[in-house]
Amino acid sequence: MDRYTRQTSLSDFGQAGQQKLFEAKVLVVGLGGLGLPALQYLNAMGVGTLGLIDQDIVDYHNLQRQILYTEKDVGKSKLNTAHNKLQSQNSETNFILHDTFLTKNNALEIIRQYDLVLDATDNFPARYLINDACVILNKPFVYGALHGFEGHVSVFNYQGGPTYRCLYAEMPTAEEIPNCDENGVLGVIPGIIGNLQALEVIKVVTGIGNMLSGKLLVFDGLHQNYLKIAFKTHPENLAIKELRESYESSDCSIINSISAQEFSQKRLNKSQIVLDVRTPKEFEHNHLAEAINVPLQELDLPLNLIESKAPIYVICQSGKRSELAIEQLQKAHPELTFCNILGGMNQLSILTQ
Amino acid sequence: MTILLFGVTKDIVGSPTLSVPTTSVTGKKIPKTVKELKRFLGEAYPELNKLSSLAVAVNNAYADDEQKINSYDEIALIPPVSGG
Repeated sequence: MDRYTRQTSLSDFGQAGQQKLFEAKVLVVGLGGLGLPALQYLNAMGVGTLGLIDQDIVDYHNLQRQILYTEKDVGKSKLNTAHNKLQSQNSETNFILHDTFLTKNNALEIIRQYDLVLDATDNFPARYLINDACVILNKPFVYGALHGFEGHVSVFNYQGGPTYRCLYAEMPTAEEIPNCDENGVLGVIPGIIGNLQALEVIKVVTGIGNMLSGKLLVFDGLHQNYLKIAFKTHPENLAIKELRESYESSDCSIINSISAQEFSQKRLNKSQIVLDVRTPKEFEHNHLAEAINVPLQELDLPLNLIESKAPIYVICQSGKRSELAIEQLQKAHPELTFCNILGGMNQLSILTQ
Repeated sequence: MTILLFGVTKDIVGSPTLSVPTTSVTGKKIPKTVKELKRFLGEAYPELNKLSSLAVAVNNAYADDEQKINSYDEIALIPPVSGG
């Protein structure tokens, strides 16, 4: 019995649709709240080649929305964990694993190998990078993003249609729009948005129905409202020929930073001053022995740190809040030196595994 | 006119909708274009001025600053969102 008979029996989809899925190569960027539900359906439905990219590890606070992962997976790599489970779900799928984050240096090389991209990232720099790389390579991409109880879905750069920059021309600064870490998201919302993205991928690949090209779907979970906003192509946004110098928001570029690996080395040689800006609850769960907890919300430097004049290393879970903290601290204390620990506690815990 | 608020604009205003008076009882100039509406809202909620790219939809279509608006229009503020 054909495992896909329930969908091939649909007259609009049929064997032809199934064959198109089998031949499709789809890259899913990010193995989190959006990427996992999308992957589970794309894999179950028989998409032939699925690319997975992420370098994060499974954390306890992921489990509330990233429902492919179990308690036993906490502390393990998302890439390997997701790959193992998806492989047992469908052994016929060809998986391509990219053990990295998408960066300016690897984006074109990686995306080039695929027919389309599903953007399941959680930050603006990655979204603008995916947009520009897809425009340069002429690949459509299915966008999904969240805020609290709301979600966005659209299909960008599809057959000359509008792109992400036609909707939001320039990247907002870290100050104006909060990210998921401090803003929160109701667990089921990414499941809904990720599944809507999977549906759009299927439609782009097989050509059935009307795609959300030139339409932004705004979903409001609290009121079950779906708003569809039409928007047009700005031709200059299709004329991108190369990636930008940097995809970090402009006010972050002046921040000193150190890789988690370098910091570990430094720390072994000599004890450093470490400021942990996560919430007291996160701090209680795990922290570096020498770290002092000053949550981002109540950012006030202890007097002895101000007087010591020694460089202060700032850490959080993933390296985003620490970046925001340094922006504020540097304004308040221009005479002191602050340094962001890239990848935060997540990256340090990978190193110590 | 009633404005639907999404994303961080809902958080800034503290409500999913916002009413803008269409008669000049308040003595303030009534917004007649998207640009004037943005200015009007920015005066009431200065935090909104910080949003560098904010999409405004009029009758379910993306509107530029020059577009005219009236009390029958359905207007929504849709800022970019980044979570995943």
